[in-house]
Amino acid sequence: MTIAGKTPKTKKLDRATLISIFIIALVYVLAFVLEQVMPATSMLFTVLKKGATYALVAVSMNLLNGFTGLFSLGQAGFMLIGAYTYAIFTIPVAQRMNVYQYYNGGLVQFSLPVILALVLAGLFAALFAFLIGLPVLRLKSDYLAIATLGFAEIIRAIFQWDKIGVLTNGSNLLRLFPTFADFNVRDANGTVLVYWSTFVPFVIAGVCIALIMLLINSSYGRAFKAIRDDETAAEAMGINLARHKMIAFCVSSFFAGVGGAMLAMYANSVQAKSFTTAMTYEILLIVVIGGIGSVTGSVLSSFLFVASSEWWLRFLDQEQMIGAWKVPLLRNGFRLVVFSVIIMAVVLFFRQGIMGTRELPDLFRKRHKLAGKGARKA
Amino acid sequence: MSANVLHLDNVTMQFGGVVAVNDVSLDVNEGEIVALIGPNGAGKTTVFNVITGVYAPTNGRVTLRGKVIAEDQPRGKMRKLYSGGHAYMYPHTVNNTPDKITKQGMARTFQNIRLFKSMTVFDNVLVAKHMNLKAGFLRTALHLNGAEERRIREETQALLEVVGLTDVQDEIATALPYGKQRRLEIARALSTKPSMLLLDEPAAGMNPQETEELCAFIRDIKDRFGLTVLLIEHDMNLVMDISDRIYVLNFGALIAEGTPAEIQQNPEVITAYLGVAEE
Repeated sequence: MTIAGKTPKTKKLDRATLISIFIIALVYVLAFVLEQVMPATSMLFTVLKKGATYALVAVSMNLLNGFTGLFSLGQAGFMLIGAYTYAIFTIPVAQRMNVYQYYNGGLVQFSLPVILALVLAGLFAALFAFLIGLPVLRLKSDYLAIATLGFAEIIRAIFQWDKIGVLTNGSNLLRLFPTFADFNVRDANGTVLVYWSTFVPFVIAGVCIALIMLLINSSYGRAFKAIRDDETAAEAMGINLARHKMIAFCVSSFFAGVGGAMLAMYANSVQAKSFTTAMTYEILLIVVIGGIGSVTGSVLSSFLFVASSEWWLRFLDQEQMIGAWKVPLLRNGFRLVVFSVIIMAVVLFFRQGIMGTRELPDLFRKRHKLAGKGARKA
Repeated sequence: MSANVLHLDNVTMQFGGVVAVNDVSLDVNEGEIVALIGPNGAGKTTVFNVITGVYAPTNGRVTLRGKVIAEDQPRGKMRKLYSGGHAYMYPHTVNNTPDKITKQGMARTFQNIRLFKSMTVFDNVLVAKHMNLKAGFLRTALHLNGAEERRIREETQALLEVVGLTDVQDEIATALPYGKQRRLEIARALSTKPSMLLLDEPAAGMNPQETEELCAFIRDIKDRFGLTVLLIEHDMNLVMDISDRIYVLNFGALIAEGTPAEIQQNPEVITAYLGVAEE
């Protein structure tokens, strides 16, 4: 009797999950192959690298906002901590004099392997999350959003303070640390033999997102969803609200920190002032467009969003001629106008976002045969 | 044999100047079904909320199986405002959040159904097993506690069979008909393996036939799981049928206590409550 209940659950996993795994594997293979055959300067790779980075941060934000129901806007702050941690600990010792030119080479005089620095980036972000979470997580909805937003702003200001410049290089750039491009295998002349610079961020983001998925599907994930659905009932079912909110907050920040480190690797340099509130909003938008409560949705919409803003809608920023006719309105900044309109349309008419609360395997279960494959590659 | 399970001493709950519960003392003994009745706004749900830790009492003490789970006396501004009885007899401050009290073996349902809306019936019951997990966060999150996860799933499955919700276990909870949602709420409470169950208006919105079924259901789970039950209810047929003893609350204060037969004869109760309900 008891085992009978297990079987339908496992049966359901079969086909739909296999197809999903196949699609994801295909995307990875494609990313690798395309990188070998296409020119490295192609816009596609910029989009893929930044898209993978944003996908991780968006999923981490979704874990908090979508699955636990904590409306936090501190994502940029935790990314900043992650980015700085990564940069500070990976700049080669020989380069530190160049980077920290106003601070006598800086305080840290060693450098860590990339993987270790990535983990450390997450851990530092999580540590800050823990400290800020102690007072802030008592707050509900909008108040939590305001408090976390304030935290992100404060962090941004503090990291530019020249008194701690020996660590953060003040308001100057941190640079010359290992980036995605450094994963490419080169021969003695510097010619690239194998390109890894797109595949590596895919792997990092993929592993992290897989970990988040595991968490969401575990007993803790169920507890998070219970808190989101009804705090009072969740507490009455023995779920310690303070502890579980803190766990969700720290885990989310951990991965935001790793995402921040990836953004540093993507951008080749780090500067505190680039981690603005606007960045948090971008990620919030990605989460909303993808579907609050859907990891797949966040990933899809990250790539769509980055592709649109960096690539597909770029033409809106320049004068365009159709034959002899000059298209009106197009000028620098018009892209953002179009963006805003799209966003309003989404919020007004497609509140569910691309995926609602469905995940990739759900697309192969019922009648919903959506653009799973095609959209994912974008 | 009939050991004391739940004990309230002079519990007063005052919000600002409003005394919602005034100097209530009551007892629930092992294996009993006790009902708490009273007109609307009498403070019944507030009593539940004090017992389950949603509110800290302004004054008084709540004891569960000999262990104090809540105790306080008027503090701060409340010293001047306090208008309940028996102040300053409970000098200790004991505060427990609802989750801690649930862990002590007391589970509850809610007056207005509070299911986890987006989750399936199965997951609604399963999530109540979360608090008893032995594996730590990392092991659970990385799915390294396979045996434990299997065990709680099997327990959930067995429980769903007992309460008769197996056929709808994969439905989203809020898609169920009303009666089954009520039943699911009770199932979810049972999933925490309580020794004491608090039911807040379990028959609200049910027709007579459903109420009768519910009555049998409560008796059944009480025997099967060895429960002690405290319930709030407006349906007098259910209350008189099922209760061993009844407490009557009016304007926050207890006005009567006794067996169903005694309560039906009590003139004060009839004036306050049953007199209106009869005709």
